[in-house]
Amino acid sequence: MKKQLLDLDKSHNEGVENISAEERRNFLKMGLTLTGVFASGTLFSLVGSAQKVFASDAAFVEKYPYKPHYSMMVHVDRCIDCERCKKACAKTNDVPDYGFRTNILEREVPNAIGVKTEFIPVLCNHCNLSQCTRVCPTKATYKNPSNGIVMMDTTKCIGCLSCQMACPYNARYFHEEKMAVDKCSFCWESRLSKGEKLTACAEACPAGARIFGDLSNPKDRVYKRVHQIEKTVWVLRPEAGTKPNVFYTRG
Amino acid sequence: MSPNSNSGGLTLNGLERQVVSRMKSGSNRYFVVVLIFGLLMLAGSIAGLMATVGGHHVYYNVNRELAWGVLISTYVYFVVTSTGLCLVSSIGHIFGVESFMPLAKRAVFLAIVTLCAGFFVICAEIKVPIRMMLYNIISPNLTSNIWWMGTLYGVALAVMILEFIFLYTNKVKLAVICGFTAAVGEIAANSNLAGVFGLLNGRDFWHGAFLPIFFIGSAVMTGAAALIFFHVLAYRVNHEIMDEPMLRAMQGCRKVAILGICIVSFFTIWRMVSLVAGEPSGAYLGAMAMIKGSYAFSFWVFEIGFALVLPLILYVRSQGTNLRMMLVASTLMIIGLFFMRYNMVIVGQAIPVYYSLGVNGSKELIKYFPSYLEILVTLGGFGLTGFLFLLGEKVFGGHKMDAHH
Repeated sequence: MKKQLLDLDKSHNEGVENISAEERRNFLKMGLTLTGVFASGTLFSLVGSAQKVFASDAAFVEKYPYKPHYSMMVHVDRCIDCERCKKACAKTNDVPDYGFRTNILEREVPNAIGVKTEFIPVLCNHCNLSQCTRVCPTKATYKNPSNGIVMMDTTKCIGCLSCQMACPYNARYFHEEKMAVDKCSFCWESRLSKGEKLTACAEACPAGARIFGDLSNPKDRVYKRVHQIEKTVWVLRPEAGTKPNVFYTRG
Repeated sequence: MSPNSNSGGLTLNGLERQVVSRMKSGSNRYFVVVLIFGLLMLAGSIAGLMATVGGHHVYYNVNRELAWGVLISTYVYFVVTSTGLCLVSSIGHIFGVESFMPLAKRAVFLAIVTLCAGFFVICAEIKVPIRMMLYNIISPNLTSNIWWMGTLYGVALAVMILEFIFLYTNKVKLAVICGFTAAVGEIAANSNLAGVFGLLNGRDFWHGAFLPIFFIGSAVMTGAAALIFFHVLAYRVNHEIMDEPMLRAMQGCRKVAILGICIVSFFTIWRMVSLVAGEPSGAYLGAMAMIKGSYAFSFWVFEIGFALVLPLILYVRSQGTNLRMMLVASTLMIIGLFFMRYNMVIVGQAIPVYYSLGVNGSKELIKYFPSYLEILVTLGGFGLTGFLFLLGEKVFGGHKMDAHH
């Protein structure tokens, strides 16, 4: 049977105003996926394509293996470097002067138009493929099997500091008094395990720069912020391939 | 007479008399040098103990980002040397190449000594060594390269001690079995050591399959140089002239050293090209620091000059007969290789993890220079090596080869 070819020159222009919102969205998703923005430019971490972002429940569970799957969304443009998060963290978790569990990086771009300085809060990313737990010779650092938090068993730490070497986020330091490496545990020991819902840093932030939540719960704020395409979401150092659980966005 | 030719009938008192008489044969200069090495070892031990008790953050110049200082690079240096000694000597007493056979006893002894020197230094670097001994056994992490490296080197040490005993008690078959096991253990440990660095995705300067391959080539070159160095020195200490089989062994080592230098030079050239071409963001800074930055002297003079180019020229010119020239070449290599390990370990960490973000405080290399105590512990490692080497020369009567070989 002869195939009827579509002659574009003779076809009628239906106009963009007639395209439904759903079709626009699909077209946008397809474009972003094809250009790689959506596939690897925004969500390097747990999800790698548009389909996986809006996956079915079964696939979704595969992607977020913990329940709850603790995570944090950082709005970098909201951070004003007041350091209340650092102080709250130090007070809550007995962090000494020479160390930190969370920090605020400062990036200056003198030639930028408008705002010239940006503050980037950083902490342990509680990575799904955490290299620190892989390299620890004695399992002193490990992923909590129920919530995915990267924890420390201080009694087993030999102080080889290989976890510090393996961490792409400079999230670890040696606590001389505990005689073990110390790091952010999303305040598990001091707050979450006692029924609190937020980490000390997230609670202390006056600008709402740190949103703490559960990535396995579609009703959660972090889930909603990660699973949208209007605003770019990224992770730090995606090339390290550790599948981090701390996300960054603006706005 | 061979020192153990009548070991079957030797009483403890007889053995003691034999060792004492051998020790007494040492000149004054010998004892002065032994004393100096002993004092260095003692000073290193005290320094390590001080830092372990008082806190590494007080006495060492390391920090949370550059957490592994000169002690780790010195550890790498010693254990890779041990692997090299084990591998090169195995050419003879395991694979049966006649010309390498006279090296067996001294090589195994030196492989044990350098491994002990590595452990000595690492004990001052691990912050809680007591826990290491317990939890490495009862809570092992099989995905950890450090665990495999430590365990395999530990096993290799035990097996090499057995091998050494069998060599001295003329149990050739058992010695060969132990030698083969030790060589396999050392290779596996050595590549796991390289994996400690090479498997870290977040450290571009190290990441990849390069280091495990490079470490083996580098170990062979180091082992050959160390064998020439210690054998020529040993014959001077014992006031002896090398016989024909030993001279042939030295010529064999020279050939292995030349081959090793060529392989490592080839690796080094391509590594530097790959780190510069395309300017990989996490590694380029380090490569440039070595080519024309703060590590340029250490790279060009020691890593390239002392460890590769000058020894190559000297080994070739020595034609395998000029032992003095070969000793100079080996000495240069032994110094240069120390800096090769230092450059690899330190520069890899000196690139800040947030360098690619362009944030303040992460735009330049992290500065590091060892503290006095770190230098003392390092010297302690060399002190231990020198002390045990010299002691071994007298106690084991120059590690003479037996007639059956």
